[in-house]
Amino acid sequence: MSATDNPPPPPSRPKASEARLDAIREEAGSTGKVVTGAGVSPNATIPGSADYYNLPVLKPPTWTWEVPLYFFIGGVAGVSSVIAFVGHLFQADPRMLRLALWIPLIGAGLCPALLISDLGRPLRFLNMLRVFKWRSPMSMGSWILAAFGGAAFLALATNELILYGIHIPFLAPINGLAEFAAALTGLLLASYTGVLLGATAIPVWHQNRKLLPAHFLTSGLGGCSAILELAGFLIPATQILGFASAIIETAVGLILELRHTRAAAPLHHGKSGWTMRTAGLLEGPIALIIRILWHAEANGRRAAAICFLIGALCSRYAWIWAGRASAHDPQALFQEQQRKS
Amino acid sequence: MTNTVTYPATYHVTKAAFLTDATICIGCKACEVACKEWNEVPDDGMIWTGHSYDNTQALGASTWRHVLFLEQPAVAGPQQVDMENPFRWIFLSDVCKHCGNAGCLEACPTGAIVRTPVGSVLVQSDVCNGCGYCVVSCPFGVVDKRHPDGRAFKCTFCYDRQSAGMIPACAKACPTQSIRFGELAELREAGDARVAELQLRGYSDAQVYDPLETSVGGTHAMFVILGQPEAYNFPPAPEVPTIYLKSAWTSALIAAAVLAAIVCGAFLF
Repeated sequence: MSATDNPPPPPSRPKASEARLDAIREEAGSTGKVVTGAGVSPNATIPGSADYYNLPVLKPPTWTWEVPLYFFIGGVAGVSSVIAFVGHLFQADPRMLRLALWIPLIGAGLCPALLISDLGRPLRFLNMLRVFKWRSPMSMGSWILAAFGGAAFLALATNELILYGIHIPFLAPINGLAEFAAALTGLLLASYTGVLLGATAIPVWHQNRKLLPAHFLTSGLGGCSAILELAGFLIPATQILGFASAIIETAVGLILELRHTRAAAPLHHGKSGWTMRTAGLLEGPIALIIRILWHAEANGRRAAAICFLIGALCSRYAWIWAGRASAHDPQALFQEQQRKS
Repeated sequence: MTNTVTYPATYHVTKAAFLTDATICIGCKACEVACKEWNEVPDDGMIWTGHSYDNTQALGASTWRHVLFLEQPAVAGPQQVDMENPFRWIFLSDVCKHCGNAGCLEACPTGAIVRTPVGSVLVQSDVCNGCGYCVVSCPFGVVDKRHPDGRAFKCTFCYDRQSAGMIPACAKACPTQSIRFGELAELREAGDARVAELQLRGYSDAQVYDPLETSVGGTHAMFVILGQPEAYNFPPAPEVPTIYLKSAWTSALIAAAVLAAIVCGAFLF
């Protein structure tokens, strides 16, 4: 038999009738979509009373690739100053301390460059220091970054002078004060980015405002100790910091995974959700398991360090993407506000 | 009637406000055109959306008035015919709310966004450096970065015209006085009076949209609407994001202290 003898049955099509038209109307009214029948592929929606054509209420973040990369580098650089200061107090390996002072300076150079290139008018970057507004995390961040840059430079410069045996009066106390200032501003630099996202109108960000600063700080901590490990400083301190960060990130991942509000949907679904999950696994459980299994082996520690670094970097991108997805979901906003009122 | 307002030749207000009335709007978009022409707002493209007659879709960097078109299967007030198939077609001109506590103004790190003497919120284009933080801080999704310009733009409340004793371009161009301009306190009263009148006439779901009860603290752009705010893409309970600052900073400081302790512990061993 040829194909023409036995044609495929036509797609089952409901018989046209007034009742059918009523059914189409009812389905469109209740689902908000025009019925997809054979040969019909509509994209227009019929508005309900619960939204406006499902169009976004909020505007998505306009930040480009520079900002999440800045979150990552700023976090690592900030925590590195803390490690340098505390390591100095406990008389750790001077070679490691020297690297832990170089990382903040490199970060303090890269961070402003990234932020300025993200600006719509980069030449006006100095306007960031035009006012001091404690109610604006963006303004606070600019001042923190400026102060951190100065302190990190002074800490490194005085340390290098000491290492080269150059004697200048009050060099050691200036070095100590500069390292302390860099550590304090470093802590703020690594954590304020969580406040920056948390104090916005974007539901997925402000609903996680208490988690984000701790999450970002931990990423900075694990990231910095990972860089030190990869640079060859496989000392007990970096091992402990690696363990601590992986444990905390595992907990953060669990908390995020168990949150199931509509506003948390971008953490579970789509590009942002799967990046978030993969990144969370890498800097949480996977880094932790590798560290437990091969804690005595240098390569095991290096593998855990690399996992953590990749996870920490990707999770910053996932948070920005989640913010975009959240802004595009009017129902997340409506449900959150209806629950409140 | 509330929609027979005449403005004097020069008109100075101390606290400026819009009262935009969905029950008077005829959806002509004269306000959109007047706004674009007066403020020299650039073209931002047009697509056929299929969303009734709304091909503007939303407020944005280059859309400072936006006429909404709602098609609802609901009874239009005193409708008496065809009650089995209720239908109403609502129009409303949306605009920047000029919040009492403005998220964009609080968030702006350069001081480019200021409160003007008439109480409106203004982005100073000569200061803005396009950092984009106001964009995510507006609870109404109004202000946005304009490409390729790079700076943030939104409704200026025609601050230039107001300074010269003229009413904003959109209110001037509105043929039905659906957009009323005047003193904030007077228009608040006018809005309540209008809703009372509408309810008397059978529009039982008429209400004023002016979030006075939330941290936004009321707006300088109020709306008389039929039905729920969500249908107009108005957040039902908008909050100024600065209310999240305290808990976020507290968490940051606690986490910083814990981190410092962990680092100390690691080097103790």
